Amino acid sequence: MHHLGNFSLMAVVVLCAYAVATSLLGVNKQSSQLVNSARRALIAAAGFSALSVAALLALFLADDFRFEYVASYSASALPWYYKVSALWAGNDGSLLFWTFLMLVFAAACAISRKRDELMPHVVATLGGVILFFAYMNYWVCNPFGQLAEITAAGPIPFTPRDGNGLNPLLQHPIMAIHPPILYTGYVGFVIPFAFCVAALWTRRLDAAWIQNTRRWTLIAWFFLGSGILLGGRWAYVELGWGGYWGWDPVENAALMPWLTGTAFLHSVMIQERKGMLKIWNAGLVIVTYLLCVFGTFLTRSGIVSSVHAFASSEFAWRFLVFIIFAAILSAALLITRIKDLRTENELEAVVSRESGFLFNNLLLLAACFAVLWGTLFPVLSEAVQGEQISVGAPFFNRVNVPLGLALLLMTGVGPLLAWRRSSVDSLKRNFTVPLLSGLAAGVLLVAFGMRHPYAILCFAMSAFVVVTIGSEFHRGVRARRAHRGGGYGTALMDLVQRNTRRYGGYIVHFGIVLLFIGFAGNAFNKDVIADLNRGESTAIGPWKVTLQDLPSGETPVYDWLGAQVLLSKNDEPVGIFQPRRQLDKATGQATSEVRRHATFQEDIYLVFSGVTEDGRATVHVYRNPLVRWVWLGAFVMFLGTVLTLLPNRSPVRRAATAPGGAALEAV
Amino acid sequence: MAVRKAKFFVGGGLFLAALTGLLITGVEEGKAYYQTVGELRAMGPRAEGRRVRVAGDVVPGTIASEGEGKVRFEIEHEGSRLAVLYTGREPLPDTLVDRAQAVAEGHLLQDGSFEANHVQAKCASKYDAAYEETKTAPAAQTPAGRQATDD
Repeated sequence: MHHLGNFSLMAVVVLCAYAVATSLLGVNKQSSQLVNSARRALIAAAGFSALSVAALLALFLADDFRFEYVASYSASALPWYYKVSALWAGNDGSLLFWTFLMLVFAAACAISRKRDELMPHVVATLGGVILFFAYMNYWVCNPFGQLAEITAAGPIPFTPRDGNGLNPLLQHPIMAIHPPILYTGYVGFVIPFAFCVAALWTRRLDAAWIQNTRRWTLIAWFFLGSGILLGGRWAYVELGWGGYWGWDPVENAALMPWLTGTAFLHSVMIQERKGMLKIWNAGLVIVTYLLCVFGTFLTRSGIVSSVHAFASSEFAWRFLVFIIFAAILSAALLITRIKDLRTENELEAVVSRESGFLFNNLLLLAACFAVLWGTLFPVLSEAVQGEQISVGAPFFNRVNVPLGLALLLMTGVGPLLAWRRSSVDSLKRNFTVPLLSGLAAGVLLVAFGMRHPYAILCFAMSAFVVVTIGSEFHRGVRARRAHRGGGYGTALMDLVQRNTRRYGGYIVHFGIVLLFIGFAGNAFNKDVIADLNRGESTAIGPWKVTLQDLPSGETPVYDWLGAQVLLSKNDEPVGIFQPRRQLDKATGQATSEVRRHATFQEDIYLVFSGVTEDGRATVHVYRNPLVRWVWLGAFVMFLGTVLTLLPNRSPVRRAATAPGGAALEAV
Repeated sequence: MAVRKAKFFVGGGLFLAALTGLLITGVEEGKAYYQTVGELRAMGPRAEGRRVRVAGDVVPGTIASEGEGKVRFEIEHEGSRLAVLYTGREPLPDTLVDRAQAVAEGHLLQDGSFEANHVQAKCASKYDAAYEETKTAPAAQTPAGRQATDD
């Protein structure tokens, strides 16, 4: 099996190198045959990459502990699905999987966009990038290495009786899907990146490359965002510290490209419509992809200490070399093309859709910069001051909460601003009702005793944004009915289907509002720790937790001890819960199995932290308001994104108002 | 024209100023100095009140629960030991076990012990760790190297 794996890895290296060389030769000789051959090489490379993953998977499923990687992350007692997910539990396997996913994207693109005039250069770029990862897979992080025992006569193969087992924290259904989804997001940005490089390379710098990659970008963005939220969900239900986001370097690594990717998704609309911000957009997509690779580097390098990073590894500097190399090449490409990237229009007014987008971009980039600054602060401070200083959650919250709130506000304001300039009249017409709604929400909250300024702001803005979104839908429906008659529901369906991008976008915005409502709940988190004998209880607000029993048991994989508690609210019993401590037999590691009582109002989150020396159970009870809104928001964003990916039912007539309208003909 | 440009520049300038302000106050609020146990000892009274992150290996057998989530343990780095009292609100990470690499964040008390309200811990064997660390036949085995090997 490992022969097949190694052979496939080598084949990927060869095919990628072939794709780069042949596509460039094809351009040079103007031979579509050569270019096609290069394109097919990429598709074949994807096939071989799939084989290499399958080979490693087979070793895992066969419990072949001759192999170091399998022995390190699996054990025979694991259920089959965790043997599958153990594939990406460590560095070598996850990098193998990363290459495979990138090749899936590359192949899909090579198949579906085969007639694209940028294709030769796209293939060359993709081949070049993937060649680096294929090199890492074969020579540096090869997962098919075997264990050996060093004896006087030299190394002889060694097979342990059982593997080390999978880290019990990773034995969770979400961990079986979170890494693939996150990686899909990370690698997906390679497609817009490759198209951008190809467009710069060939100086075909109209909006075509942007329109042709819109769906790819959206898909990558969507997977990255879902991956981040799933990671948060996993942390919440599995790690047992009562939260879902800790500003850990690994979380930040994924957030940064998501922020710049979000900026890109917005600013491209200006380029499509007005032919402005060309340099900016090219720069954004390059930065986004490099941040994706930087995220991999950060996770694997150990340069910043992180709870769930891969241990510091010797090979990681190669990533840095790759990033610097790619950054220099991209920058050179951008600088030499600067004349071709001249804007076709100027900003006409301070209050306009254009400047709204600009401000949104500024906020997203500022947030990204702040996250980068905080994540790298230990490294920077050591370089400058010689003292390693880290900044924790207080830093990130201090900077990002106001930026986030400003972004939330722009979610409502932006879509209501007119292109070119907004007249005072239109501002009054569009903003009076939403502003009053937001204000009313704020006043009500203060009247009901809320005092947390950021939370009040957040809820008031949420009301404002929801009303703006609602009014956009309502206005559209009214216009459609005036035009064609029919019921409200039919008109609404019709409206949405005719411009999925716009209305899907509004639904994503609505999801963002729900997310922020959930985030604001954090301002009111409360918790209590109590050591309880049987029959004793502790209270938090109207909730009471009474310890009933301390049951225990075992499964083939772990031993467990539980704290069985009765949860009641205002003395009405709600249910019996059993948070547990589990001791993984293979790794000897203890984990907490939390139990939650979740409602849209609040979560009661129960952690059994252990038993004191005199036999009392230490129970940690969290009361976390509004957490469910985060998951609901994620779901709504999912629906909205799917909608934006659907084609419009019939082409929307667009008013090409500005000279930049030429770009629209390419749609 | 010029007025509009000026507006954008003023707006941009204000934005940058606000961002810089946030970054600076944020760092002041959230900063913690990373120091070894030895360095912290050497600073003596000057270290009091300074927020620091200190790393070391958990000394086996020293983890003791004080009740209500408070936990005492000792960490050791290059021969210096530090007694830590954890008083944070988050449950301690499950990975905080004997010999784990721990990072405690908090401040030095007058009696020379350390009060931490945030602790990170990594099991010695968590990721990519050397296989030798665990279970079978320790010194005898070693990974076959990073090169692709065939038998």
